[in-house]
Formats: sequence, structure tokens, C-alpha cells
Amino acid sequence: MSLNLLAIFPELLLLILGVLLLVIDPFWKKEDRRVNLGWYSAGGLFAVIILSLIFARPTGSESAFGGMIRYDGLAFVFKMLFIFAAALTSLFFMDAERLQNRAEAYLLLIASTIGMSLMASATDLVMLYLAIETTSIPMYVLSGFLLDDDRSTEAGFKYLLFGALTSATFLYGLSLIYGFSGTTQLEAMGGFFGTFNPVSLGVLFLLVVGVGFKISLVPFHFWAPDVYQGAPTSVAGFLSTASKAAGFAVLIRLLMIAFPQMAVDWQMLLAILATISMTLGNLVALAQTNIKRLLAYSSIAHAGYALVGLVANNELGLNSVVYYLIAYMLTNLAAFAIVAAFGRVTGSDELRAYDGMSRRSPYLGLAMLIAFLSLSGMPPFGGFIAKVLVFAAAIQDGWYWLVFVGIINSIIGVYYYLTVLKYVYLYRMEGEVEKQNPIQVSRPFVLGLSIATLGIIVVGVIFSPWFGLAEFATKGLL
Amino acid sequence: MQFPVISIIVFAPLVAAIIMLLMKEEAKNEIRVVALTTAVFDLILSAWVYFQVYMNPTMEYQFVEKVDWLPALGISYHVGVDGISTPLVLLTGIVMFTGVLISWGIDDRPREFFAFMFLLAGGVFGVFVSLDLFLLFFFYEIAVFPMYLLISIWGWKVTREYAAMKLTLYLFLGSVFALVGALAMYFTNYQLNGVLTFDMLEIEKAGFSAQFQYIWFLPVFFGFAILGGIFPFHNWSPDGHVAAPTAVSMFHAGVLMKLGAFAALRVGIMLLPEGAKQWAWLVFGFAMVNVVYGAFIAFIQKDMKYVIGFSSVSHMGLVALGFSTLTADGITGASLQMFSHGIMTALFFAATGMVYDRAHTRQIPELGGMVKYLPWVAITFIIGALVSMGMPGFSGFVAEFPIFMGVWQVSPIAAIIASISIVITAAYILLVVRKVFYGEVPEHFEGHITPISILDKIALATLVIFMVALGTMPFLMVPMVQEGVNNVLRILGGA
Repeated sequence: MSLNLLAIFPELLLLILGVLLLVIDPFWKKEDRRVNLGWYSAGGLFAVIILSLIFARPTGSESAFGGMIRYDGLAFVFKMLFIFAAALTSLFFMDAERLQNRAEAYLLLIASTIGMSLMASATDLVMLYLAIETTSIPMYVLSGFLLDDDRSTEAGFKYLLFGALTSATFLYGLSLIYGFSGTTQLEAMGGFFGTFNPVSLGVLFLLVVGVGFKISLVPFHFWAPDVYQGAPTSVAGFLSTASKAAGFAVLIRLLMIAFPQMAVDWQMLLAILATISMTLGNLVALAQTNIKRLLAYSSIAHAGYALVGLVANNELGLNSVVYYLIAYMLTNLAAFAIVAAFGRVTGSDELRAYDGMSRRSPYLGLAMLIAFLSLSGMPPFGGFIAKVLVFAAAIQDGWYWLVFVGIINSIIGVYYYLTVLKYVYLYRMEGEVEKQNPIQVSRPFVLGLSIATLGIIVVGVIFSPWFGLAEFATKGLL
Repeated sequence: MQFPVISIIVFAPLVAAIIMLLMKEEAKNEIRVVALTTAVFDLILSAWVYFQVYMNPTMEYQFVEKVDWLPALGISYHVGVDGISTPLVLLTGIVMFTGVLISWGIDDRPREFFAFMFLLAGGVFGVFVSLDLFLLFFFYEIAVFPMYLLISIWGWKVTREYAAMKLTLYLFLGSVFALVGALAMYFTNYQLNGVLTFDMLEIEKAGFSAQFQYIWFLPVFFGFAILGGIFPFHNWSPDGHVAAPTAVSMFHAGVLMKLGAFAALRVGIMLLPEGAKQWAWLVFGFAMVNVVYGAFIAFIQKDMKYVIGFSSVSHMGLVALGFSTLTADGITGASLQMFSHGIMTALFFAATGMVYDRAHTRQIPELGGMVKYLPWVAITFIIGALVSMGMPGFSGFVAEFPIFMGVWQVSPIAAIIASISIVITAAYILLVVRKVFYGEVPEHFEGHITPISILDKIALATLVIFMVALGTMPFLMVPMVQEGVNNVLRILGGA
């Protein structure tokens, strides 16, 4: 296969898969057979991962399509992550009544994944912008997918408005870059933007606004709680993991390739953003009584933790960010999946509805325990090693104050994550009727959740392969 | 490769926890049998390790196993035991065994209870045998979080939520500060020697500058010592003891607090010896407060568990005091005290739990005459009281005497002041014995106090045997501990 073809091999397969789903859907007369769409989608996505691993693994870092995209480890690893997240999300879609038999839901999911894949590999401003829009537009639709639900419609619309605003800001930044440097290629502008230059700083800031929206950093986070709360829960799970990771991929590439000489500036800028994201995210999460909003603020805080690794701007730092995203992706997918299933049964996302959950379904409770302990950074779960790595990277570069902020925030985090577990494990339903109210979940859901929870433990106990993956992704970027 | 006995000890409880979680919820008795089997298995293995080290006490680490974990960052799975950690491994085995026996009657979700308890036990074993700094933190956190669940779910209804959260936050706070110190050591070692490694035996030889050690000793030592209950961070501990269910109190006071003291020694003192010398006076001062203040507070408590909780604070102060003398006698005594106090306090909590389960109160003034109904509990509690007072012939004497010898070498006045605590200890513990076990039986208890089960008796007897054995035959443990302490002194002297 030619280089160009190899570079977009996963995207091509995704496109074929999406079209196939759309084509086979109308041939099913019986409504109930459509549920199988999710199996096809998830199976197809896993097949894409396997095929890409076999045929399209990059050996070095090469430019493709005339410098539009890059065929390297960073792009490849992130693509695999997105597709993996999409596969799990397909399984979780099958547990949601109003998503399970709609081919367009799966198609939108896959379309968004194609956009993310291109985000991770884009090295040209135009390509980058297109990729971001390709990611966002399906997500706007998915967030507002439940047309008869006001909250969902509101979420979709809110996401669209915020997205359009930041997208315009981002585009303005891109146009300024082009205006000053005369090129749209990231590699070509490597040496152009120097340090302590007000213009460069302005451009940098505009770009960070655009990406900060994607990864829901404070103060660009306002959409996140409302959208997570209103959107179908499994969609919110995908938004908070894959979409966020895609933002980080763009951020890593932009900062490392286009702004290497402004490291001092963006380190400080990101350190400040990380500080306020962690602090505000965690503090506001303390006061939440709705689990989806709580997870939204927690995901804002986690964006801050992951950013700490980027601030360190060293080899370990980059690796730790990738590791963090791997661990966080598994964890948050699991957490949102449980919330989705539980919300479907009880019809409520309030914390109080979780009373006696572990008695109603011990294994769902256990999965919740694992996911939330991983979020709070306890071993032997993925969150622990991920946090240790980002903090270690920051210490290596001398960012002691930032680590201190991170530590204090972790403790706040422990408090509210454990509080949720208190509802799950300690409190009882009114009248102690847990045994009469078990929680039924579907087979695909069990499969997806098992993969995610086992993944959390595997990532938290066996480090080498994942760290190797992170090293592979960040090789040659510094 | 030799038989990986240490790994088996550490992972057996973790595997058992997983097996139990996969079993049917209704199969309560089968779950208990799995728990007991694992506990017995671990106790036998740890006794075997103890025996081997006893036969051949050396300064070196024994039963060492080392496997690369994340070679890119120098993280390895590196375990082994020395003269100081071997008794603690045995202690954990004993407390785990007796803890399972005493929790036999737990009827609310025993599957989860034993699974979490075994997770905790696995973490504790892991910390005692870790020779890799990262591994130590890994196990340390594993030992901390099940505590939260165990206390908040199965604990005393009145205070459990508050106490569990307080405990978790205190311990987590301490551990992350210590973690930052550990990472600072890791990178400084890298700068000095060009090797990325978390291996403690390597970091021991790093040759950190004195100033580096002065700065980082405090967060590292106190970060761990929080779990050891050191003043002024001891506050979580009595609350935690009181709120916890019996077996968890035993684990908590018997083993978990030792975890803090042990890690403070292993990481704080052994990796940062210059810092330890610099700040010994501060640790010494705080430990003195622990010893004396803890004893006084215990004296005025009305709740049996609070008495024992504060007596733990006082006795763990003696451990810190022994460490802070940095003398052979002091550290040897402190290490023995960790073992002795662990057994003693496990016994106290077990006995208190048995009284509470029957009388439904722990208020000392409301109790009385229990010896009539619970002779086993009364007698073993009295033996525990004798240990607590440091009576010759019991393990407490063997442990506390060297500590006071060490303290005398540093400051005779301090030794005299600290010894006041022994008098107060005698006063409060005898008061408990007299009020609870002797005197008039309150009328409403007549006929309500059922005898304890055979399992409870086995548990109590096991604990008593170890206390008497160490008290009458100190040669069973002292030479081994001395070898371990020699290694500490080598580092302190050679740095």
C-alpha cells in the first residue's frame, strides 16, 4: 500500500464500516433485529483496530498528502484509543433504549471518530480545522439525539453554540498564524514564533481557547456540566473521554511542533489553566447532587491533572499525558456506562437514587467502586500510576508548586468520590427493598463494562506495555 | 529460582479476595471457610519465614525476589525481609487469622467484608516486604482505601461516616506528601548517579546532600508517621478505632499503625539518615507528647474503645520515641514494641468487641462483673493489661525496657518523664479491668450475657500465647531484630 493510503488506513475502514451500517439497516424489516446494529458496529470497530495494528503500524514519522497529515506514532496510538472508545460506546449504546436501534446514532459515532483520528494526525492548519469540525458536528447531533427530551435538545444546542464560538476563535487564531508566518504547515512554522512576543502570545492564546473547549479546561468549560447532564449518558461518556483525548493530541502536536520556542510561555499558561481547572473542577464537584454533573466537574479536574504532564515539557511528561489519557479513558467510560445503565433502570441521575445500589446489583456496585477509586487515584487501578507519572514529570522539571496544588486537589477528589461510594455501599433504599429491585443489564453492556473495568486494573498493575505505547506515541516529538 | 514464599504471602489474600467476590452472595459459610483457609495458610507461611530468619539472622535482606515492572522508569517488583520486618509479617499473619475468627458472626454481606479485609491484609504484607519505593507506595495505598469501606459500612453507626472519611483523608494526605518526597529522592538520585531507580537499596547509597535530606526528611517521615499516629496528627486514630468493627479495629491498631511507623523508619530514617539526625529532637519531642498526653487522655475516657485507642497513641509514641533516639537500644525496643503492641492491642479490641456484642455498651461506668459470664475475656484482657503496663514476663517489658534505655542515653530527664506514662497506663488499664470485669453486675445484664464461642477462645488464646512467649523467651525475637537494627545503624553511622 502506498504511504498515503497507510496514513489514513483506519479512517478508510471506519468510513466503510459507517456506510455498511447505514446500508444494512433498512434491509431489516423487524424492528427488534435492529438491536444487532450495535454488535456490528462494535465488532467492526474492534476489527478496524486489529487490521490497523497488523497492516498500518507506522515505523517512523512520515508526512503524507503533501504535508496535510502525519503518519507517526502519536497519530496511530491516539487513533487506536478513539476507535477503542467508540467500540465500547457502541456496546453501551445497545443498552440505551432510544439509541440501540438507530443506525444513524452509530454512524454519527463513527463519523466523529473519523474526525478525531484526523485531529490526531493533522499537521496542516486547514486539515486541523476540518478535522475538528468533523468531530464536533456529529457530537452536536448526538448530544441532542433525544428529540422528545428537553434536556437533551438543550444540551445539543448549547454544545453547538459554545462549539461555534470557540471554533470561530480558533479559526481566527489560525488565520493570524497564516498571516504572520505565511504557511499553513505546522512543521514549517516551527521556528517562527519566538518567546515573549505579544503577537505570538495572542495567537497561542486563541489556539488554546479552541482546544481548551474540547478538553473542557476552566474557563472554557461552561458547556460541559449541562451537556453531560442532558446528552444521552453513553454519549456523554464518549465526549468526556475520546473527544477530550483528541483535544490533547492536537494540543501536544501544536505545542511541540509549532511552538517549541515558546515553551516558557505556554508552560506557564498551561500551569495556570491546570491549576484553575483542577481547583475549580474539584471544588464545584463537591457540591453536586447529580452524578452526571459530578462526573462533568470531575472530568474538568482530570483535564487539569493531565495538563500537568504537558506543563513539565519533558519526555516523561509527554509519556505521562498519554498514559493518563489511556487510564482516564477506561475509567470514565466505565463510570458513565454504569451511570447510564443505572439511570435507565431508576430513571434518575440524582445521587440519592444510588442508595443501596451495591445490594441491588453487587457487581455493578463493584464496577462503580473500581471506577471511582481509579478516578480518585488509588492503586491497583489505572488512576494511581497515571497520577504518579504526571506528578513525577512535573517534579522532574521543578514544578513543585503545581504538584502541591495537584496533591491538595487529589485529596478533595478523594472526598467526593468516596462520598458517592457511600451511597452505593452504605445507604439503603427506603424500606430496605433492594432485593426486590434488582438492576437488569443487557449482555453487550456487561461485555463492554467488563472490558473497561478489567482494563482499569490491567493498566494499573501491568505498566510496561502501556508505557511502551506512550513512548511510541511521543517518540521524536521533543 | 527459589520458592517465592514472600510473594505467595502477599498475593494469597488478594487472590482470595477475588475468589470470594466471585462466589455466590448466599454462600456465606463457604466464603468464611475460604477466608479462614487463606488466613491459616498465610499464618503458616509467615511463621515458616519467621523460623527461617530466626535460624539464620543476618543484616542482609532474605527471601529476596526481584522482577522488572516498568524498567523504563526503574520500577521493579522487589521484595524481601530483614530482622525488623519479619516479626511484622508474622504479626500481620496472626492478626489476620484472629481477625477472621472473630468476624465469623458478621452477617451483613460477609463476602464483601472479607474481600475488603483481605485486600487490606495484602496491602499490609506488601508494605512490610517492599524494597522498592514505588512498590511500597502501591501497597500502602492499597492498605488505606479498604479501611474506608470497612469502617463506613460495617462500623459503629453513630460515628462511622465521619471517622472513616477523616481517617482516609488524613492517611491519604500523609502518603501523598511522602510520595512527593520519594519522587524528589528518585530524581535527585538520577541527577547524582545517572540511574533511574526506585530500588531502596540503590537509593540508600545515593549520597544525598545534607541539605536535601534536611528538607525532605520532614514530609517523608511525618507523611508516614501520620499513620503511626504521631502527635499532632494522631487525631484520626482514636475516632477510627472506635468506629471500626472489631476485626478492623484489630487490623487498624494492631497492624496498620505499624505500617506507618515502619515506613517512616524504612523510608524516612534509612534513606535520609542525615535528615533523621538533624530532626531527631523534633520527632523526640512530638513522641514525648504522644506518650504522656496519650496516656493522660486515655485515663479520662469513659468508652472502652477510646481508652484503648488513646493507649495506642501513647504506646505508638514509644515506638517513635525509640526511633528518634537513633540508638541501638532505642530502635531495637521500638521494633519489638511494634510487634508486642500489635498483638496486645488486637487482643484488647477483640475483648472489647466481645463485651460490646453482648452488653451493647462500651461505657465503662455502665459495665461490671463480666468475669462471671466471660471468664476467658476477663483473663485474657488482664494479661493484655499486664503487657500494657510493661510487666516483666510479658512482651511489653521486653519491648519497653530497651526503649527507655535508649531514651536514657539521649536524655535521662526525658526517660523519667516518659516513664510516668507507665504509671498512668497502669492506672487507666486497671481501672477498666476493675470496673468492667469485676464489681457488681448491673441488673439488666443478668441472663443476657451469652458465653463466647470456641472460635473466639481460639483467637484470644493465640494472641495470649504470643505475648507470653515473647515475654518469657525474648531470645526468640531479639537477636533477629538486633540484626535488622544493625543494618539501620550501619546506615546512620556510615552516612
